[in-house]
Amino acid sequence: MSTSLVSEAPVQASLKRSGKRQAFRFGATQLLSWALPVALIVLWEVAAQLGWLSSRILPEPLAVFSAAWKLALSGELWTHLGVSTWRAASGFAVGGGLGLLLGLLTGTFRQAEILLDTSLQMIRNIPALALIPLVILWFGIDETAKLFLVAVGVFFPIYLNTFHGIRSVDRGLIEMARSYGLSGWPLYRDVILPGALPSILVGVRFALGLVWVLLIVAETISAQAGIGYMTMNAREFLQTDVVLVGILLYALLGKLADVLARGLEKYWLRWHPAYQ
Amino acid sequence: MRHNNPFENQQVEHAAQRSGVGIVVNAVSKTYGEREVLKSVALDVKPGEFVAIVGRSGCGKSTLLRLIARLEETSAGEIAFSQGAQAAYTPETRVMFQDSRLLPWKRVLHNVALGLPKSDLPLAARALHQVGLAERANDWPAVLSGGQRQRVALARALVHQPELLLLDEPLGALDALTRIEMQELIESLWQKNGFTAVLVTHDVQEAIALADRVVLIEDGRITLDQRIALARPRARGNPEFARLEESILARVLQHPARAPDAVLGDISLQKSVNQVQWAV
Repeated sequence: MSTSLVSEAPVQASLKRSGKRQAFRFGATQLLSWALPVALIVLWEVAAQLGWLSSRILPEPLAVFSAAWKLALSGELWTHLGVSTWRAASGFAVGGGLGLLLGLLTGTFRQAEILLDTSLQMIRNIPALALIPLVILWFGIDETAKLFLVAVGVFFPIYLNTFHGIRSVDRGLIEMARSYGLSGWPLYRDVILPGALPSILVGVRFALGLVWVLLIVAETISAQAGIGYMTMNAREFLQTDVVLVGILLYALLGKLADVLARGLEKYWLRWHPAYQ
Repeated sequence: MRHNNPFENQQVEHAAQRSGVGIVVNAVSKTYGEREVLKSVALDVKPGEFVAIVGRSGCGKSTLLRLIARLEETSAGEIAFSQGAQAAYTPETRVMFQDSRLLPWKRVLHNVALGLPKSDLPLAARALHQVGLAERANDWPAVLSGGQRQRVALARALVHQPELLLLDEPLGALDALTRIEMQELIESLWQKNGFTAVLVTHDVQEAIALADRVVLIEDGRITLDQRIALARPRARGNPEFARLEESILARVLQHPARAPDAVLGDISLQKSVNQVQWAV
């Protein structure tokens, strides 16, 4: 009896300590994941300061940051960023939306699959970037051309994963739901769509990765605004620091899109043991 | 003696007043391609009766259940339901499967409320309370144990107040203790709600513990229809229970049944029967 009274206090203290240690460990992991990029930047700065790197080839990080600062102050940065983000978002919405719609259609109805799938599989094997000459002939060098390129590239990952997701929904669950009187839209909403969601979100993440690749190419061909335009312009004037700002912006935007996709997964798949 | 059991008569009378449905399976056959799984099966289930179907794996017992559940169509013959004087009736049927088949993306309470209008959520909560899982209402199914999932599945089936509950080896994947607990829960809910129950199992002991009648299917035919007149709740240690279990198991294994007295005296045989019952 007395021993248990004695031992209780240290146990609680050690529990508290382990809680603190856990919080510390979490912070440490966060820090560790940023250690490599920070170390690289420091190394880069030191190398530039010591004159190992010519500023024509690779300007020092400080110069890049100041270039970014200047662009931000003049408002130029925000215009280009806004234009690029709008292109990415609209292209993703159009291509992704169509991919989702057709994926749901072919996944749900055999007839739609028979009608559409062969053609779509053929088109899928054409790299989106191989369409550039044709796209320029069709749409000129307008916004439409960029939108089209991004939309085509985004379409297939989402289409394929949606189709696959719908087809791989557990038959047992569908049978159960039917025997519980669900059919039509309630069956779709409560069983088929949530069952396909993990696969659809994989498609979304793939597509988000592709958006930026396609956008960079589309914007460097011809544009009057956008991050790609900004970098191409800076190259002509040998502003390597601005070129680097553009490249870093793409990296940041890519990371941002990934964080967004992860957020969606975390919320929509919170029932899934793998996301808890 | 078995037919004149006063308890049984009382039970059937009482059951008839409640909401169970009668089933008449008339010369039903089912073929998949060339293979004939059920061969002209006839079975008559009274309203409110608890019937257990036993048999070896692949004998067609699950197929019969799926036909009664109207998950599949008969190849020949017909299955008719009756409610009171009403013939050609489509009963409110719910099926409990071996795997719980809970929707992993719905919380426990919303799984139970599947197919109910939103305003009936309190009913789902009450059903969950009946199976003793009220406090898990907001959990995801993924964090429940196998036994808890089956209890949620049972609540989900009962919330619709079915007239017919079909159980397709629902306890097959559970450990022995959880199994007995679940059997008691099913029995008490059946007694309270008065639905007709058809249980498919390969555990003869489970069949005898729960059912009014044990039906044996062998090679697509019903070869035994044994009335179980033991008083409920049924103690597994009861000598009559052991005798019944022995004779049905012997029938399943196609050994000639021994005389009751000899069986009770022969402990070694009983032991061997206990050993094989899980394998049947």
